Amino acid sequence: MALVKTNYNRRSFIKVSAAAGGGMLIGFNWLASCNSNPEAPENVGLPMPNEWYEINGYIKIGDTGLVTIYNPNPEIGQNVMTSMPMIVAEELDVKWDHVVVEQGMLDSDAFKNPQFAGGSLSIMLGWEPLRMAGATGRRMLLEAAAKEWEVAVSDLAVSDGVITEINGERSIGYGEIASKAVGLEVPEEIELKEPKDYKIIGTTKKNVVGKKIVTGEPLFGLDYKKEGMKLAMIVHPPSFGMSPDSFNAEEIKAMKGVEDAFIIDTQIENPGFGNTNAFYKTIALVGNSTWELMNAKKAVKATWKTDSPLESTAMHDALLEKQIATGKVENTRKDGNPDQAFAKAKTVIERTYNAPFQAHNTMEPMNFFAHVSGDMVELMGPTQTPNALKESAAKMLGIPPENVSVGMTRMGGGFGRRLYVHFGLEAAAISKQSGHPIKLIYTREDDMSNGIYRPAYRSVYKAGLDENNKVVAFSIKGTGFNDAPVFPNRFPAGAIENYQADNINAPTNISTGAWRAPRSHFTAGAEQAFMDEVAEAAGKDPFDLRIELLERAKNDRVGEEYQYDADRYIGVLKLLKEKCNWGQKTPGVHRGLAAYFCHNSYVAEVMDIVMEDDQPRVQKVWCAVDCGIVINKDGAVNMIQGGVVDGIGHGMYSQLTFENGTPSQNNFDKYQLIRHSQAPKEIEVFFVENEIAPTGLGEPGLPPAVGALANAMYQATGRRVYNIPFVLDKAPLLG
Amino acid sequence: MAKFTLIINGEKHELDLDPSTPLLWVLRDHIQLVGTKYGCGIAQCGACTVHLGDTAVRSCSLPVASVGNQEVTTIEGLSENGDHPVQEAWLERDVPQCGYCQAGQIMTASALLKQNPNPTDSEIEMAMNGNICRCGTYLRIKEAVQSAADKL
Repeated sequence: MALVKTNYNRRSFIKVSAAAGGGMLIGFNWLASCNSNPEAPENVGLPMPNEWYEINGYIKIGDTGLVTIYNPNPEIGQNVMTSMPMIVAEELDVKWDHVVVEQGMLDSDAFKNPQFAGGSLSIMLGWEPLRMAGATGRRMLLEAAAKEWEVAVSDLAVSDGVITEINGERSIGYGEIASKAVGLEVPEEIELKEPKDYKIIGTTKKNVVGKKIVTGEPLFGLDYKKEGMKLAMIVHPPSFGMSPDSFNAEEIKAMKGVEDAFIIDTQIENPGFGNTNAFYKTIALVGNSTWELMNAKKAVKATWKTDSPLESTAMHDALLEKQIATGKVENTRKDGNPDQAFAKAKTVIERTYNAPFQAHNTMEPMNFFAHVSGDMVELMGPTQTPNALKESAAKMLGIPPENVSVGMTRMGGGFGRRLYVHFGLEAAAISKQSGHPIKLIYTREDDMSNGIYRPAYRSVYKAGLDENNKVVAFSIKGTGFNDAPVFPNRFPAGAIENYQADNINAPTNISTGAWRAPRSHFTAGAEQAFMDEVAEAAGKDPFDLRIELLERAKNDRVGEEYQYDADRYIGVLKLLKEKCNWGQKTPGVHRGLAAYFCHNSYVAEVMDIVMEDDQPRVQKVWCAVDCGIVINKDGAVNMIQGGVVDGIGHGMYSQLTFENGTPSQNNFDKYQLIRHSQAPKEIEVFFVENEIAPTGLGEPGLPPAVGALANAMYQATGRRVYNIPFVLDKAPLLG
Repeated sequence: MAKFTLIINGEKHELDLDPSTPLLWVLRDHIQLVGTKYGCGIAQCGACTVHLGDTAVRSCSLPVASVGNQEVTTIEGLSENGDHPVQEAWLERDVPQCGYCQAGQIMTASALLKQNPNPTDSEIEMAMNGNICRCGTYLRIKEAVQSAADKL
């Protein structure tokens, strides 16, 4: 067992009222039983407790032995609602079937864990606090039993929530001893389990909310209702670069079902993370039903001011090209003498890759509940960054942050969109001005045309080979709107003697931001497609070229900095090569490889394309993943599978274009997302087994899929693709 | 405004509504059945799928005036205890990620299996193609539909 210092020494077990049920809300039941599988043979259940004993925000133990574990982080579909409590339950040492999970509120003091969903960081950052929370509880219950029986803690053993005397006959359940733990001092140091002793971590536990999802219970922000609540919608400016001047408020207010109509302003001084928004000023309508508000939106006649130039995709394309040619280079890295090496190289390959703007398109559009009452504010809804929302709302309303409570509903997708808090602020501003508790709802059109988009990118890759076909020079120059895409210290930095990486920013008045695996989704596709061409030019197998470069980075790396572990990179490549029987040719199956490191995890993918009725179709995807310790096995597989499908979809089909500052696509009739018939028929996922601290999976599965797709398409069609969406890049339609 | 009598999940509801109100908003705003989801409002994503009689329809684009006397079944009424073979297959395969689209997926799948108890892979794809899942759970959805078909 490993000893770690705890940080819970200010709080002991306390008795809490059963009725309080921490975090439960009228009409909205957060409780999720871990027995979501109705066929589980051990689905015996325990009676509801009369008394609950709570410690450290995560754990509540009932006198019947039922244990409540709070999920600290926002749930966007990454399944932290299951995996984070699994970690607590492991160290607490209780039976998973005796656990119920509840969503926690924003409470930094209770959780001592950053409560946000972004950067695939929940599990990585939660690993220590979650284990500590569980182990602290276990230790204190052991101490309570030791005191009760007048023995030493070392005389006791614990398993599945039952404490037993090692050389005796006494045993007692957590539920029976919990009351005796009240007031005990929290130990300064506690022991954590060794991975070999894990009973829950590394197994498969089904989604604790599964049953509620398949029966349609209220879970999401859009489902949230509160007594006296009105509905609200916005009408935002039609183009980026515009703001509202005036509108026919009196006419709108006279419409049936409309209570109020006004212009709100949500701009705050000193905006921080999460405050990106193109439309601070927007028209707001308050009413009684969604349909009446939708009709009222259509009747709004507004005059809009143009504050900055209206942009188009043609302008964007021209600007990216110009920035690559003459833009100011920032965030650069240079090893050796690339210019000289390229001049001396026997073969030089240069390719340009482009990607368009893309929208997040969470299936649940943006929405939020707000109730501003005097200087107190209650916010409830789908947010990946509850703390940023709390701080921003306090700033906007001029009240102390402690007067703002933020609750997290389950989210119908996040993908980075709900890192930005403007819709929560809009809800608060509307509630304040109208004097009602309100739920703000975006239509799909609002959602898609008022985005914080994945920006358009352009990168130029160049490689030089010597007479032995060794890569002796490599350069990347990339640009993107508000966000240049190159990671100067990622692969192949460190693997090539003469190397240069340059970033160039491109300005826009269109709001851009983090989109599932920001920058990596584009860069992985471009870099890994380019590597495929380099391997071909060098006459090398795609696996061999990558491993050769990584061996150089491992054994004799170039330069001071690099962000990846070459050994783990090689590990996923070797595992994948073996599992997919690389080299074994199957007639009619065309294969592409890609591997990428991002968000602290390593993923390699091989995609198999077959031709069906003269159309290419992804038949099977093979994935090898190193994310350290896997918490919830099948949940982890699901994440990687979803990332692969999402990567194929956004590499192949999706784009957002602009005309006069307005997105040309504002719903799914024009904006294409991947559909059932276009998805792979099979995705197999293999994990590298190790005992390295776990890292995230929400994002890393997506980026390599774009490169593997491009490379498999080349094998299937003989034509390289360079421009996302590939379906428009003179390539045959997939699916 | 007009008076309507709807039969939803076997229960009668008397409503006085604008006849153009889509069934989706009748369910969500007026009958408090929020399992049926709003995704696009133009019958492109399938999140709002319910059964009209035995047929899967997109409730976001179905005016309440067009429902007539046909029975409406929503995800809440698909089974008594959440144990319809399709729901069970969904749990068994642990399909959902964010879960938002899944009610619509399940309603489309259960209507498909009612009409075609032994669909081929491509029949499943064709029937399910109107239901978008941004999380990318398509593979598991197909496996769950196949598994439910085997059990039916």
